[in-house]
Amino acid sequence: MTKSYEDLPLTPIADTPSTMNLTGLWRVVRPLVDKSKCKKCTTCWKFCPDAAITLVDGFPVIDLNYCKGCGICAHECPSKCIIMVKEGEA
Amino acid sequence: MPHNLHEHSVSPLIEVRFHGRGGQGVVIASEVLAKAAFRMGYEVSAFPFFGVERRGAPVTAYTRIDSRPIRVKTNIYWPDYVVVLDSSLLEGVDVLEGLKVKGSVLVNWPDGKKLKDLPSKFRRFVLDATSIAASHGIGSQTAPIVNTAILGGFARICDAIELEPVLETIREAAPVKKQENVAAAREAYERTIEVTP
Amino acid sequence: MRMVMTGNYASAYGAKLSRAEVIAAYPITPQTSIVEKLAEFVSSGELKAQYIPVESEHSAMAACIAAETAGARTYTATSSHGLTLMHEVLMWASGARLPIVMTNVSRAMAPPWSVWVDNMDSIAQRDTGWLQFFCQNNQEVLDTIIMAYKICESRRVMLPAMIIEDAFILSHTSEPVDVPDQEVVDRFLPPYAPELKIEVGKAMGFGSLVKPDQYMEFRYKDMLAMKEAAERVKAVEKEFKQVFGREYGGLLEKYMCDDAETVLITAGSVAATAKDVVDAMRARGARVGLARIRAFRPFPHEELRALASKVVGIAVLDRSYTFGAAGAMFTEVKASVYSCHKRPVMKNYIAGLGGRDITTKIISNIMDDMAVAAKRGVEDEVEWVDVAGLPRRWR
Repeated sequence: MTKSYEDLPLTPIADTPSTMNLTGLWRVVRPLVDKSKCKKCTTCWKFCPDAAITLVDGFPVIDLNYCKGCGICAHECPSKCIIMVKEGEA
Repeated sequence: MPHNLHEHSVSPLIEVRFHGRGGQGVVIASEVLAKAAFRMGYEVSAFPFFGVERRGAPVTAYTRIDSRPIRVKTNIYWPDYVVVLDSSLLEGVDVLEGLKVKGSVLVNWPDGKKLKDLPSKFRRFVLDATSIAASHGIGSQTAPIVNTAILGGFARICDAIELEPVLETIREAAPVKKQENVAAAREAYERTIEVTP
Repeated sequence: MRMVMTGNYASAYGAKLSRAEVIAAYPITPQTSIVEKLAEFVSSGELKAQYIPVESEHSAMAACIAAETAGARTYTATSSHGLTLMHEVLMWASGARLPIVMTNVSRAMAPPWSVWVDNMDSIAQRDTGWLQFFCQNNQEVLDTIIMAYKICESRRVMLPAMIIEDAFILSHTSEPVDVPDQEVVDRFLPPYAPELKIEVGKAMGFGSLVKPDQYMEFRYKDMLAMKEAAERVKAVEKEFKQVFGREYGGLLEKYMCDDAETVLITAGSVAATAKDVVDAMRARGARVGLARIRAFRPFPHEELRALASKVVGIAVLDRSYTFGAAGAMFTEVKASVYSCHKRPVMKNYIAGLGGRDITTKIISNIMDDMAVAAKRGVEDEVEWVDVAGLPRRWR
């Protein structure tokens, strides 16, 4: 709904942090990690554009609140331990 | 023909042009003269010829003095006074350009005789500011800074400017050797002489 | 206290008296002595401010934007290529509604390389949403900085301002300047207290994305703010006069215009010289006047329309040129006057580029030429003055 100019601040202000925006809702494919193949190289962690990967004992754990399913982690993984699967399958 | 704005002025405007070389304090001289005149109650403006300053290169600076606020922002084309801090400039620079008839030229030059070459339609004054500055230890012996001495000489040749405000301003403006600079200006005032035809 | 000082020192004193809290600047000829003097004030403790040396003018403005967003009163100064390098962030400053005040020592653009005066740099920034004040002397530079903070920080304006000081002609010319007492300035200009600013512990984003359904509303508000600024320029100057006894004519200063047939319209330091020329020409019976565009933004539309309806000829002297069009001041004056019932004859004179001296003779020749054109008609609407190779002699 468009606000009247009179009701707007001087300049656009975001007064809530962007973490409120759960980008995981955009996801249609999801990364699946096969820990047995993982070499703990951290490549996926470095490449994730949304910082949605954390490392637990050296293994990647995906935060599905923010993972948009872009597949960069799967593409970059040297040991091919990450695959992308359709939401609702597997 | 000069476009003489001042013929309509209610008060006489004095326009001064300084010639010297980068490093001699030419721009400072124009400012100190303005501040001395301001101290006497005049309105003033002082400005360098807007160039790129380099040591040794010919430098020009200007001072305007008036009894009413100065609005004009142009260069000075028809000075009442020309002050030359370095006599070597007489060759190569037309220091007398635009000087008004009956205007005065003050040259830092020990040898007054040679100045007889300058046209006698101008009043010609000489002063050995170099020796005076050197004897007071201002600058180095090979390159004395003559701007304070020459201002003492200017107070002598310009009726509108008194010596004391010039000395006071020099005392205030000189970053070092305040007494020496004041003494040099005072001595220069005494030793400025007019070249007779 | 009255002191003899350069325009650059007048700028530095203006920022100091306004109690600028953050100064971020990059040195450039002929602005350097402004930031040198301010660095001196800060290091001696005379001015309690954060002085941020930066690696470019773009960064200088970015630092000012950040500091102003955090609620600090900020100041910077630049010139010519420095100003044009800032171009992108100038728009950010106005769009973010940050009342930053900046001196621009107006200098020609290269090539050909030049360190001397013309107003091309400032004119090229006219659409950035900044207020632009062209000054005629060093006193006006100092006074306008103080006034600019008060105008710009008022709640319904919140826009940045550029104080334009002609290179060398003001920046390096020493003349008497009254430096007001700090306590008096403090009473006139209260500390900066924005409604909204960055606060520690409170997450906020400034200047975020706005979709097409809401963008125009923000721009509409900017337009209203600039309209309000026009009113504030006049109101603040009135108040300034009561306190300090000086005034500059609001958006458009008129000199000897009441019974004038021919009026010269110009801006900056050349207007000061032109006043002497007007006096001299009047002494010989010519009915001439001067109107000085003090604020190019906001533009004095109403004032110009009122003036134009009373005169026969208007000569607009631009110290810059908009290639493919005409002088920017001429174009805008003409546009303002177009819908007047009675329009004067108008002509544009381009002069003084790259530090070329605009002499008293040139100014009086322009006014004589305009008086003739007003009677016999205009041949060349835009005339370049004092160009070697052109048949006409102006000096």
